[in-house]
Amino acid sequence: MYQKFKRRVTGTQVVMWIIGFIILGGVIYGAVHTLLAATYPPRVWLDLIVFGLAQGSVYALVALGYTMVYGILRMINFAHGEVFMAGAFIGYFIATAFDRSGFLNRYYVIAQLLIFVGAMATSATIAVLLERIAYRPLRRAPRLVPLITAIGASFFLQYTFRGFFGSGIKSYPEPTALKGSITILGITVLKTQALVIVAAVVMLLALYIFVQRTKTGRAMQAVSEDKDAAALMGIDVDRIIVITFVVGGALAGAAGVLFSTLFRQVFFLTGFIPGLKAFTAAVLGGIGNVTGAMLGGLFLGIAESLFPNLVLDGLGIPAPYQLKDALAFLMLVLVLIFRPTGILGERLATKKA
Amino acid sequence: MTATSVRVPMAASQGNRWSPVIKIGLLGGGVAIYLALVGILTALANRMIITKVISLGQIILLSVFIIFGYMAAQRAAAGQAKRPIVRCLLSGAIAGLLISLFLSALVVIAPIINLRSVFINASPELFDLLTLGRGVPDGLLLLIGIGVAVGALSAGLFLLPDRLRRSVGMGLLAIPIVSILNSSLFAGRGISALQAAAVFVIALVITFFWQPARTATSQRLSALPTKQQRAVATLAYIILGIGVLLLPLLGPYPAEILDTVGLYILLGLGLNIVVGFAGLLDLGYVAFFALGAYTVGILTSPEIQWVGVQLTWWQALPFAVIVGTLAGVILGIPVLQMRGDYLAIVTLGFGEIIRLIFLSDWLKPLVGGSNGITRIPRALPVPAGSRLSDQQMLFYVILAGILVAAFIATRLKYSRLGRNWAAMREDEDVAQAMGINLVRTKLMAFATGAGLSALSGAIFASKLTSVYPHSFNLLVSINILAVIIVGGLGSIPGVIVGALVLVGLPELLREFAEYRLLVYGAVLVFMMLKRPEGLLPEARRKLELHEADEA
Repeated sequence: MYQKFKRRVTGTQVVMWIIGFIILGGVIYGAVHTLLAATYPPRVWLDLIVFGLAQGSVYALVALGYTMVYGILRMINFAHGEVFMAGAFIGYFIATAFDRSGFLNRYYVIAQLLIFVGAMATSATIAVLLERIAYRPLRRAPRLVPLITAIGASFFLQYTFRGFFGSGIKSYPEPTALKGSITILGITVLKTQALVIVAAVVMLLALYIFVQRTKTGRAMQAVSEDKDAAALMGIDVDRIIVITFVVGGALAGAAGVLFSTLFRQVFFLTGFIPGLKAFTAAVLGGIGNVTGAMLGGLFLGIAESLFPNLVLDGLGIPAPYQLKDALAFLMLVLVLIFRPTGILGERLATKKA
Repeated sequence: MTATSVRVPMAASQGNRWSPVIKIGLLGGGVAIYLALVGILTALANRMIITKVISLGQIILLSVFIIFGYMAAQRAAAGQAKRPIVRCLLSGAIAGLLISLFLSALVVIAPIINLRSVFINASPELFDLLTLGRGVPDGLLLLIGIGVAVGALSAGLFLLPDRLRRSVGMGLLAIPIVSILNSSLFAGRGISALQAAAVFVIALVITFFWQPARTATSQRLSALPTKQQRAVATLAYIILGIGVLLLPLLGPYPAEILDTVGLYILLGLGLNIVVGFAGLLDLGYVAFFALGAYTVGILTSPEIQWVGVQLTWWQALPFAVIVGTLAGVILGIPVLQMRGDYLAIVTLGFGEIIRLIFLSDWLKPLVGGSNGITRIPRALPVPAGSRLSDQQMLFYVILAGILVAAFIATRLKYSRLGRNWAAMREDEDVAQAMGINLVRTKLMAFATGAGLSALSGAIFASKLTSVYPHSFNLLVSINILAVIIVGGLGSIPGVIVGALVLVGLPELLREFAEYRLLVYGAVLVFMMLKRPEGLLPEARRKLELHEADEA
């Protein structure tokens, strides 16, 4: 019995389980401590959850781009965060132009729709150009090569935007229609947060129907299952890959607009951290899995907004908000170590990689 | 039907013959507008290359004309046995014309639609630069004329015989290089036209006679008996060594640049072991750099009291390396089972986590938080009575570090461990089947790389005499990655070349700092697409990457 056990469990596994238990213990201890001490009233938790939902739905939209591209090309599109940033920038320029002419406040709904269209179109174009120029020639190259290309493209895009539009932080205009808050079912929600959640849910639903119901969506699924077999079935694989980048890019562009509506600021590094977090969300949900990316995004958004106050506070760490990003990365690392399949995904981290 | 028989009717139709040339011209126009709007041209407009004649910004613009004119000529001659002279010249001129028309359109349209409210660089300075300060109608005509002429001239360059063409190219390239070196290191304001002509001629002549002279020398050298050959090699190394030792005497400012380049070489040598030898893409390499620097800071700075000791830099150094190596192992264990891109992302996460922890208020009493740690002693204090600066002294410490790292790297490369790394890099499963202990092999790679990174971190701490969390962001990891990729993954001389090109040149051009990462990004993409093996490739890696081409 012991022999059998010894053969199956390696030393590294033991070390990792110990690390895992320490972290889990810390999380539980911290959470229980905070809740027992009742540091914050319930309303604070509710606000944090709503904010987490709003930021999580942005992550979910970006995560979809990562997950779809990974599903089809088995590569991490590292520059996807910059596609998102491009959407935020174009959204900002359209919104300020509308704001200056007064259009934004007079016909808010039309203006907001136009902002979405502009940002989505730009982001989709950039995503397609990326695919065409940087990724397509490398489809059969060793795995590290496209990843390094993607990193290069990411920096190229960041600093191109910096060169074009300057390095200052630009403040996104606030339309009067979005000022104040509304009460739904007794819960008070800021209007911006409500807009972000509603818009994201609409887009997520649209994407879900697109992938599940349309012919192109099914072709996408087929290509992600097996490229060669799909080609034999008469699917134009190159076209499907381009469509994947278009859809992923458009969603990222919309997410960029929502993100800048939520946080009111845009600058050339806007895409970097949210991009990494969206990737984390995609991994959380099981990369390659569309539903997983949506759930992973929401989960990460809420976790990120709750955990600093809930856990770190309980552990007695001062200024827990500073470690918000570190927590997101820690979650990424832990998921990849302990459950590389994510919540819903297949095991890809070691097998197909 | 063979490929050639298909090509004939295509070449016969007149429309198709010019369309590749026009495409090149349009592409060139796009690139020129991009460079103008991204601000590189204006940022470098004040750096005079030839005093009162031409600035670096203008040279960059000119090189767009030259490169695309040349490419157009290349396209025009593609598939033809003899280079058609008139067609090539005409193609170059067309490309130049198209590029200058694009730029003229920018100059005319931008003020009308108030482009500057969006693109901050669409400024009067840019239009001044493009119209050569002569206003709209005159300047534009001049720009178009120059465009056509330069395009045609560079097409003419294409028509020259190979050897002469290479020499002329080197001659042209030498002018800005010499001028930049002169103005950066010795605070000159560009070289005069006469000096530029001299530089051009000298570089041209040297390149022209270089190849035959080199062949002759190497022939004569190989004719010598082995013992004498070795003596010549030793002598060459000694001369090179003395040359390197004398480098910091150029002055305090050149020494500072050399220090930065040296640190990147050291870091590159370490990362090269992890990425180049073992094939593990580590994007969190900066974490060990930070740990090394912080260990030294904590142990040596009088500001940090909780350790209870205050060592000198040299006493703290071994601890830094040990902490780094241990951290390499500890962070290596969880990622043992990951491959490729997952490994990259997780290590990136580690790097950011470590930086954020150093930055947070949580550990502020221990590591200083965002205030960092200051008052770290220098590694080599300036000897009393000497006129050398601290940076000049530090160069020798860095040099020693590089020698150690290069020694470790070369010895490891051909050792049993090094061959295990190569096997693992090419195929983990096969390597494991051959009896290689993957756990040990991977951890050794992480540990060695991390140790060298911590060593550089320790030196870095002494260079600045302080450490701040802001110095250790992801960009450092990306810079090092760019250095080793440009030099050639797995190649040790490549690291040195990569660092000189990617770190040394931007340090010389301070105005360029803003665009450094832009260029790094572009270089990474370009290298991966066109020359994935790097500038000074390692033989085996080159074979691996070009396997598919030959098949």
